[in-house]
Amino acid sequence: MIEVEGLSKLYGDYTAVENICFSASKGEIVGFLGPNGAGKTTTIRMLATYLPPSAGTARIAGYDIVTQADEVRRRIGYLPENPPLYGEMTVEEYLRFVADIKGVPRASRNTRVDEVLERCFIADVRKKLCQHLSRGYRQRVGLAQAIIHEPEVIILDEPTSGLDPKQIIQIRELIKSLGTSHTVLLSTHILPEVSMVCSKVVIVSRGRIVMESALEDLTREKPLEQVFIESVGRDEVIIEAAA
Amino acid sequence: MRNIVAICKRELLSFFVSPVAYFVITGFALLVGFFFFQGLAFFNRLLSMAPMMNFRPGQMPNLNEYVIQGLYQTMIVILVFMVPLLTMRTIAEEKRRGTFELLITSPLSVSEIVLGKFLGLSLVILIMLGITFIFPGLLMVYGNPEVAPIFSGFLGVVLCTLAFASIGMAASSFTENQIVAGISSMVALLLLYVIQAPSETSGGAVAEVLRYLSPVAQVTDLVKGVVTVKSIVYFVSLTIFGLFLSQRALEAHRWR
Repeated sequence: MIEVEGLSKLYGDYTAVENICFSASKGEIVGFLGPNGAGKTTTIRMLATYLPPSAGTARIAGYDIVTQADEVRRRIGYLPENPPLYGEMTVEEYLRFVADIKGVPRASRNTRVDEVLERCFIADVRKKLCQHLSRGYRQRVGLAQAIIHEPEVIILDEPTSGLDPKQIIQIRELIKSLGTSHTVLLSTHILPEVSMVCSKVVIVSRGRIVMESALEDLTREKPLEQVFIESVGRDEVIIEAAA
Repeated sequence: MRNIVAICKRELLSFFVSPVAYFVITGFALLVGFFFFQGLAFFNRLLSMAPMMNFRPGQMPNLNEYVIQGLYQTMIVILVFMVPLLTMRTIAEEKRRGTFELLITSPLSVSEIVLGKFLGLSLVILIMLGITFIFPGLLMVYGNPEVAPIFSGFLGVVLCTLAFASIGMAASSFTENQIVAGISSMVALLLLYVIQAPSETSGGAVAEVLRYLSPVAQVTDLVKGVVTVKSIVYFVSLTIFGLFLSQRALEAHRWR
């Protein structure tokens, strides 16, 4: 479903992401793990066809993100770091708009909107303006937007940031249930999230992949935290903790 | 086409849910109303003095020349300042609040985004200008002006405003800062407005070109009832130029 082949991104002299390779097959939930500034968002933006890679490429659902970007766009749902909401629209209007531009057929549009409203626990705010929503609701509307057209691949950039504990549990359940029928790539820096939700872990540090493995293999001998510290490097973790 | 309509509908919703459209439309109607009143009062005074001034037959001051022409030309001046206020947020705001990321990662082409937005903008502009048509309309009801130049002049104003809007939108697609977008389009439109000025001193072919490039000269032709292909081509190509710039700016953003 996702095959990343040597993806790199340079900003001038600065290398944000260097030669990243990993893959994910259908039905897998991949946790994209790394400290802040490791290049998670840059990689995700390239996969979502928002940023062009400087080198390398990736295939999503069999289509190349550089040369067949439009085909890729049809098949991905993408939740950026900040949910892309229009403040002056109600949740319902917003989701209908997204359904339109994602190519959901007219006939099934309203049922799809109702479905995602239920599924993301936002039916109670359907008539509210997006600008009046709390952070947690905004995040969930963003998630609803990403799954409204039933994409094959769902890319989520820190989907649980800003949520309260109850909402985090709900969203994790939701992501798990998505994993049965979709391929999910989610970036995070919260370790327990990965062990609870994901079936596969990719750890990045300073723009490079330092670990790619199935979660079970990784945590068989030592806890995930230990693995993370060893692969990212202790210094990095301490700097991160201090910050 | 469905995508263009979706973008356009959303754009209209944004305009009319936020107070922007109401303020710009009301402000514009107020200003145009003031200048209409001014023009009419002046014309009235001129007529009352006419018996003393010995106008030759056929040279009596008429409504078209003294009220309508002036009104349309003043509207262009007001629009130079008003249009940037309408256009500055169109694309800059999408970039700032991150919804641009949603549009770009959706199966939409950049041209569809640009055309949808411009269509929405055009409808707002038509409403805004349509409201002010009440003034020449009043003259047609209570006076007896020549009707054809009123319509051809209004067509000129509409075409000119759409061209302004496409330039404003281009300015908005180069930045994520609304103020920068607003100021740069205002400067561009103002320069375009006075582009004819150097023609008086330069002369020759340059003067000819500058005069052709001036939207004022083109609108003046139309206001006088002279509808030529050259004026229409001028405004349409200016609009397409603006749209092309917007399209390029966004396309460049996609592959940088």
